[in-house]
Amino acid sequence: MGKEPVDVRVLAAIAAGGAAGALARLAAESLLPAPRGAFPWATFGVNVFGCALIGVLMVLVTEVAARAPRLARPFLGVGVLGGFTTFSTYAVQARDLLTAGAATVAAAYLAGTLAAAVAATWAGMRITRALARR
Amino acid sequence: MTALLVVLGAAVGAPLRYVVDRAVRARHESMFPWGTLLVNVAGSALLGFLVALPVGPGWSALLGSGFCGALTTYSTLGYETVRLAEQGAGRHAVASAAANVALGLAAASAGMLTAGALA
Repeated sequence: MGKEPVDVRVLAAIAAGGAAGALARLAAESLLPAPRGAFPWATFGVNVFGCALIGVLMVLVTEVAARAPRLARPFLGVGVLGGFTTFSTYAVQARDLLTAGAATVAAAYLAGTLAAAVAATWAGMRITRALARR
Repeated sequence: MTALLVVLGAAVGAPLRYVVDRAVRARHESMFPWGTLLVNVAGSALLGFLVALPVGPGWSALLGSGFCGALTTYSTLGYETVRLAEQGAGRHAVASAAANVALGLAAASAGMLTAGALA
């Protein structure tokens, strides 16, 4: 796996999707800026929502669709949702909360995002599978 | 202008995440999602460094929100964690999630400390 050369069309789809996803994240973060020491709700919402959508997408692409379009997963999954969700901002925000003396908020943010993200992914997958079976 | 810089940064960061993940998988056959851990830790260190320098709003949009934001991912982490659990690799799932959070936080701190030492 991964021995074949990288497909330029796949890379282009990921770049375009990643740019679109990052723009949507930027919009969410500017609509709901987090004051210093406060729970970063925008990034939390972006990451949890993006996880619910990856759950839906991956079940559609790998289990439901007989032949999913070849660029669906690179564009929507690796690109849009990968660019929309972010880990670096999450880690730096948690570190900032610790620096600001808001250790409880930092811990709630770190654990809360992880728990909600995994639960949202799982729910997205389960709901899509249930709907696909009807 | 901010939006354009974010787009440019993300258009590099997202494909780089894919290339890194492929390269890691090609060299290292394992169920454990090393590629995601690697990009998340590296992106957290770089963003911590940029934030603590600090860099101006333009660089922050290009390299921070754009490049680091798209290089790192939560959706893949969430999906890989659930998939590992579904495949009966619950220990890998827990280890991967815990390693991302712990090492990501440590990397952000290390990036910030490095910037502080240089400034």
